[in-house]
Amino acid sequence: MKSARAIQRQIANGIFAVGCYLVTFVALAFLAAILWSLVKQGVGGLDLAVFTKDTPAPGSEGGLRNAILGSLMMCALGMTAALIIGVLAGTWLAEYAGDSKYGAVVRFLNDVLLSAPSILIGLFIYGILVSPFGGFSGYAGAAALALLAAPVITRATEDVLRLQPGALRESAVALGTPLWRTILSVLWRSASGGILTGALLAFARITGETAPLLFTALNNQFFSLNMSKPTASLPVVIYQYALSAYDDWRRLAWAGALLIAVTVLAVTIIARIVAREPRRS
Amino acid sequence: MTLTADASPGLKAPRAARPKGASFDPIFQALCFSAATALLAALGGVIVTLAIGGWPAFQAMGLGFITSSEWNPVTDVYGAAGPLVGTILTAALALAFSLPVAFGVAIFLVEFCPTVLRRPIGTAVELLAGIPSIVYGMWGLFVFAPFFANHVQMPLMMAAPPGSLMEKLVTGIPNGTGILAAAIILAIMILPFMAAMLRELLLTVPPQVRESAYGLGATRLEVVSSVTLPYVRSGAIGAVMLGLGRALGETMAVTFIIGNSHGFPASIFDSGSTIASTIANEFTEATSVAHTSSLLALGLMLFVITFAVLGLARLLIGRSQH
Repeated sequence: MKSARAIQRQIANGIFAVGCYLVTFVALAFLAAILWSLVKQGVGGLDLAVFTKDTPAPGSEGGLRNAILGSLMMCALGMTAALIIGVLAGTWLAEYAGDSKYGAVVRFLNDVLLSAPSILIGLFIYGILVSPFGGFSGYAGAAALALLAAPVITRATEDVLRLQPGALRESAVALGTPLWRTILSVLWRSASGGILTGALLAFARITGETAPLLFTALNNQFFSLNMSKPTASLPVVIYQYALSAYDDWRRLAWAGALLIAVTVLAVTIIARIVAREPRRS
Repeated sequence: MTLTADASPGLKAPRAARPKGASFDPIFQALCFSAATALLAALGGVIVTLAIGGWPAFQAMGLGFITSSEWNPVTDVYGAAGPLVGTILTAALALAFSLPVAFGVAIFLVEFCPTVLRRPIGTAVELLAGIPSIVYGMWGLFVFAPFFANHVQMPLMMAAPPGSLMEKLVTGIPNGTGILAAAIILAIMILPFMAAMLRELLLTVPPQVRESAYGLGATRLEVVSSVTLPYVRSGAIGAVMLGLGRALGETMAVTFIIGNSHGFPASIFDSGSTIASTIANEFTEATSVAHTSSLLALGLMLFVITFAVLGLARLLIGRSQH
């Protein structure tokens, strides 16, 4: 015979279990619904013209070529800058900062920067690059994206360098390698998988960023390779077209949203695979 | 760590004791140091830019900038109370909705989930944490809003007895947008992020701790409530605050669905604005100095709020977890 107390505990536990199953189901259902509508609304709009034609005037035929190109250019430039800053800063935190106060401050503020609202980064870049130099530009957009990606790479680089065994550093130094060479050719090399993972995650983060591009790169209706002028980007075009009153613009917005979501998901999955792969011996 | 090869004192140092190329060492260290300092400067730059840019607004409006809800670019009168209340209200509601669900999902994945499903569901949750907010915004506006209008707003407005408090709470135009709709979209957005972090935290509980509680005959609920959750308490609070930080600063998803009207929201179905959505909507169209300055002042307020929340979160989480 179970006591009343035991039965009570069993019932409470049962309710708890059902609750956990239920909320997980609800959460997954919501997320499945989002992906489903993305596919349903986006696939119809995806055709060759999306990649070969530029953003159209309402009513005429067009695609997203200039926006895709602008996004690629800004992301590539932003990632390059972020990689340089992020890897060096992460290296400083892991190899030189030690327990210093300054290191702790940088570490802490980098973590805060990591989750700071991206729109504020946009305002900052507007303040230092757009407003004083008299114009929106792709370079400003790339700078904003770089500032969003760099903390992610810094964090990843520091974490993965800290995992490298001290013997690795000592043996390189014992062979007469200067410290900078040790870091360059031994530590960075053995940490390359982790740094790559961080870089991919940073890339996934900035490909969909809209807010900071609104007032740094602005937008451009035409095909342009000139990054010193306003530059189109996929997220900003999606934003503009989704809120428009034209059906064909909205169709393009959905197609663009699907493109971005697929890119982000693919990059995240690749990052996970890279992270899981055993390090080269 | 310094690993320079010093020659022992008293001996005549052979030239080779200093490795070839060692003179580049200080330069490399300086490079690394300046990169780290650049990040620090960036964060400092954000606050300085916002403070300098927003100063005229604080100066012109004084305390009224925070307390007034009148926002009128035509007469150049700006009060931030509307977006400020909208920001805090949507973020708080979003947190209230997604908190129990995020905990439930994390606990499900760690305690209840069949091993076969653990990986796919965990991966799905983590992947969805990375979906850009503009996608959530579009879904919210085109799929969720019509559903919300027909199946939540209309029935609630019909059911509310005239003159009651509930009627006051649910008045508005039932078009599917507004404060509550924005809060729900935000909740869906921060849910995967929080669930993934909480799961990571719960996995750090050593198995022995959990096993010993089961050994004493505890039920799952008891193990979770009195062993694992207390074990990760400060980290869990930190994770929740990171979620709150996201909800506070989230821009695009909210801009799509909150309705973007200034002033105080009168009910949960009323349209409103948040700091981030106001900046996103108006910044490129602001022509007067006062308008731009007010938007930057709004940005400064958002910065201060999120900085406090994120800073506290990071302190609570500590260094071991992301």
